[in-house]
Amino acid sequence: MRLRINGQLMEASALTVAELLRELGIEPRAVAVEVNLSIVPKKDYQVFRLKEGDTVEIVSFVGGG
Amino acid sequence: MREQVQTIKEQDTLVIGGVEFSSRLWVGTGKYRSYEEMARALEASGTDVVTVAVRRVDFKARENLLQYIDPKRYKILPNTAGCYTVEEALRYARLGREAGLSNLIKLEVIGDEKTLFPDVCGLLKATEILAKEGFIVMPYTNDDPVVAKRLVDAGAACVMPLGAPIGSGLGIRNPYNIKIILESVNVPVVVDAGVGTASDATVAMELGCDAVLINTGIAQARDPVAMAEAMKHAVLAGRMAYKAGRIPKKLYATASSPLEGMLL
Repeated sequence: MRLRINGQLMEASALTVAELLRELGIEPRAVAVEVNLSIVPKKDYQVFRLKEGDTVEIVSFVGGG
Repeated sequence: MREQVQTIKEQDTLVIGGVEFSSRLWVGTGKYRSYEEMARALEASGTDVVTVAVRRVDFKARENLLQYIDPKRYKILPNTAGCYTVEEALRYARLGREAGLSNLIKLEVIGDEKTLFPDVCGLLKATEILAKEGFIVMPYTNDDPVVAKRLVDAGAACVMPLGAPIGSGLGIRNPYNIKIILESVNVPVVVDAGVGTASDATVAMELGCDAVLINTGIAQARDPVAMAEAMKHAVLAGRMAYKAGRIPKKLYATASSPLEGMLL
């Protein structure tokens, strides 16, 4: 399905947040995931189902002051 | 009992919102020339708390910041840098909490691109909302004692007045206001922004500030690792001088050597 991930339209086969992170090769430990402006808690990654056209933001920590 | 009090005093631990900080020098992780250099600077600084920003994951990046920061050693303090509205700051704060699984937030609501001065109206609003959500809110604010008081009323766990604009290295431009802030609020005061060299950090600590947060002053120094170590000593020296109690300033001289016993 087509998702907008971090501003880019991408084709993903993942059905859940956990699968999407795996597909993108992202370690879920230190990220936060937002789907359509709502934060998905880490405990829900396995069960939270994505749907066509969802806007996904995956953020983590970078250097800052 | 007395002995116990003494020990606590000697340890000189800083506590904010129930979280203990062993170091009074806090260090930012931005603007280093490499992650490796940053890691060595953090080590040399002796800090136990580092600030970080919340940004989109770069899927192509081969390495990331967290590979260089041991979470057992450093408390991670996410910021809301780059946020110009209350809504944006709230969003970044909540994402930072989810990513780091900690309630600490260095709250920034910026009001002006050129000076990066805080928008204190937005800052007050965001502080109030986040404090109610259980965050330990550490707002980056102006050197304005009235605003500092209002932030505490809104639920701030400490206040972080700027010494000078972010990244300017101009030092503590208004030490008298910082002093008034220290006398106005009953929460820790952490000078955030403006510290350019060791003496600036010492000035902040001699005033009685509880800690100093430095990023550019270390990261952009010619030798960040050496500067980090200098800042460590500067903060310790300032803290010790503050606790030792300086002599009052006087206009005229008072001799250190006795007049008695001089040859006639």
